[in-house]
Amino acid sequence: MLDTTREIEVPEGVELSLAVAGLVSRSLAFMIDLLVRWMGLAAVSGLLGYLGNFGAGLFLILIFLVEWFYPVLFEVFNQGQTIGKKAMGIMVINDDGTPIDWSSSIVRNLLRFADFLPIFFGFGIISMLLNKDFKRLGDLAAGTLVVHRRSVIEEKMTYEQDGLAPKIPLTLEEQSAIISFAERSQRMSEGRTHELAGYLSPWLDQDKTNEDPLDAAKLLKRIAKWLRGHQ
Amino acid sequence: MRQEEFEERYKDSWKTFEVQVSLAEALKLNRKKGDVSLKGFAENYRQLCYCLALARERHYSPMLIHRLEALVFRGHQSFYQKRLGILQNIYHFILHGFPQAVREQSKFIWTATALFYLPMIVIFLLMLVFPDMIYMIVDADTVVTMESMYDPAAERFGTERDSDSDFYMFGHYIQNNIGIAFKTFAGGILLTIGSQFFLLFNGFFFGAIAGHIYNIGYSETFFSFVIGHGAFELTGIVISGAAGLQLGWSILSPGIYSRKQALVNSAKSAIKLVYGAIFLLLIAAFVEAFWSSTHMVTANTKYWTGLGFWLLVISYMTLLGRKKGHVHGS
Repeated sequence: MLDTTREIEVPEGVELSLAVAGLVSRSLAFMIDLLVRWMGLAAVSGLLGYLGNFGAGLFLILIFLVEWFYPVLFEVFNQGQTIGKKAMGIMVINDDGTPIDWSSSIVRNLLRFADFLPIFFGFGIISMLLNKDFKRLGDLAAGTLVVHRRSVIEEKMTYEQDGLAPKIPLTLEEQSAIISFAERSQRMSEGRTHELAGYLSPWLDQDKTNEDPLDAAKLLKRIAKWLRGHQ
Repeated sequence: MRQEEFEERYKDSWKTFEVQVSLAEALKLNRKKGDVSLKGFAENYRQLCYCLALARERHYSPMLIHRLEALVFRGHQSFYQKRLGILQNIYHFILHGFPQAVREQSKFIWTATALFYLPMIVIFLLMLVFPDMIYMIVDADTVVTMESMYDPAAERFGTERDSDSDFYMFGHYIQNNIGIAFKTFAGGILLTIGSQFFLLFNGFFFGAIAGHIYNIGYSETFFSFVIGHGAFELTGIVISGAAGLQLGWSILSPGIYSRKQALVNSAKSAIKLVYGAIFLLLIAAFVEAFWSSTHMVTANTKYWTGLGFWLLVISYMTLLGRKKGHVHGS
């Protein structure tokens, strides 16, 4: 497993592996949020300007709420995602994989101030780099985790050819490697597909017929099809 | 069983569960759509987990495992959420939870109290002996502003502030004071240093200003102004500082837990103090904006109500939430 995934065991006894979000995507999400907040406040300030001192007071309260509670409200009501996080495809969850609750969200967002110290998120960045789950101080205290939201890629497996039995028995790892190659090949460029398959062509082409070097990928896909159970 | 056979067999139940999860997610956002049936959600979820375990065990393709994991994750998030019931919680918290939390953490509350009030008193007394010390602590511009704010002469000629500017000040106090309280709390995670700094600094600053105002003879305007909201504001600051100390102390002295776990545990309890501090500071902002500044009552009235506020806060912290059977963790 990659070291950026975190295994969480759910009560049903299976493990979920979640991809922990790193410094870059989180920083970008933060900057998007910052932009959204500023634009929102700028838009409202125009309207409240007509209300004189009352409007100014209201605006100060609004600044306070937006500064401290904008992320809290979004995280609690929008499945762990602020606007910036949604744009980056990341979300906050509790350490045990459950949706984030009020207390955890408030803790992690109030402590953002400590993360910001001494300058420009110094402590937060140090904490994230020293921690295998990329937790900033707020995440450590709140027991929260920022992960990539999984998107399901619906693959339409199309095999234009019949399945092909491999000539020698394959271990489970080898089988799953071949199947995942076949599945991923639809998202890879043709050149890369052939390059990867090329490493196996001596093994695939044991009869030395070698009609076409580009056949390796095709052969692998046929074996994958057979391995998946398609006769 | 080969993968295709496996997929073929369970395809339909996965599809069913996916529809149910989408419904459950929509339901979370809009509870009015309560008539949709999620019958069999738990069974389907459990079966899905079983499928994922099987797929892993049999080394089916990563794509399939990935798909099942994504679905299990959504199911997990829908299935294991906490009830929010926030209004009822707030009511219960104010009547029982907060005073209980304060007494539970009395160690940190007293430490924070000492860190805040001791420097305040020391500086105040020093100022009586060395009046010029104010310029070492506070810059000259701030001193001038403070002097003009509490000048009794200005007050005599000044007209009553209208309610609009009262509201402006209300907004200002919320933004400024609660912000300070949050920072006092947050700084505590740095091994209590941040909280200590804010408590000491604010204590020093307040003591210095109070001493200076006393020295130049503006006492009545100043003390009649601060005594009322001070009961709530100073207590709020001290409590948020105590919450920060608790946070940092858990790292320094984690006891039987790992430092990481001790921090998480202490944050769960410290955040209660922060909620309470917010509650107190909201009251403080209200009192400061609409009561402390009013000229309609005499200084004496303000002293007496101020004293009443202090007694109220102290008895709130010491007396409420002692009834048995009201021990609430959350």
